[in-house]
Amino acid sequence: MKFGIVVNEGPYTHQSSDSALQFVKAALQKGHEIFRVFFYHDGVNNGTSLGVPPQDDRNLTLEWSGLAEKHGLDLVVCVAAAQRRGILDEDEMGRHGKSANNLAPGFRISGLGQLIESGIQSDRLVTFGD
Amino acid sequence: MAILHTVNKSPFERNALESCLRLAKAGSSVLLFEDGVIGAMRNTRFSEKVAQAMDDYSFYVLGPDIQARGLDNDKVIDGIQVVDYNGFVDLTTEHDTVQSWL
Repeated sequence: MKFGIVVNEGPYTHQSSDSALQFVKAALQKGHEIFRVFFYHDGVNNGTSLGVPPQDDRNLTLEWSGLAEKHGLDLVVCVAAAQRRGILDEDEMGRHGKSANNLAPGFRISGLGQLIESGIQSDRLVTFGD
Repeated sequence: MAILHTVNKSPFERNALESCLRLAKAGSSVLLFEDGVIGAMRNTRFSEKVAQAMDDYSFYVLGPDIQARGLDNDKVIDGIQVVDYNGFVDLTTEHDTVQSWL
């Protein structure tokens, strides 16, 4: 079955990012397809490459990036939510004249249309948030 | 249409579970996870309400989130089925759609 996943909460806030990650891992293990993971609202904070959690803690951004690399996941960060929170890729950095970019590997910045498409193309849309 | 309702808030913190139980159609399923697992525990102010709602809904609770909170599967209200993440995924495929009560 094809799944669309929505993550509305940042890492280390409550549990949404962890729950979504565990759900995606279980779904992949069962042979399901993850059409897209859409990071919206504070969820875009999952996509920063600048997080440095303690070494004995899980690194959620790395986990998402690793999963994306291994399974070819499409990790989409909402552009408007990302700009507000200082999550930029190289293009956005240039467009807004900023001095740095921080989008983690495996993530890409796009718009809400990607969420709508995910809802249309997926058999199930599962939302994780606060 | 069979709907899986997911509730991730303790009934002592938010009214997500109460809203869900007020509005969900009979025959639906409810999965309690994250802090929502508190709603599956026996001997709380909400236990009776949940036990009564079991006439209309099938209840599930995510085991790993029970353990993560130092709670015990033995304390889960009789009739609520404990599932793991694989069970969570199966529940979403067995129902037509998923409604997250955030």
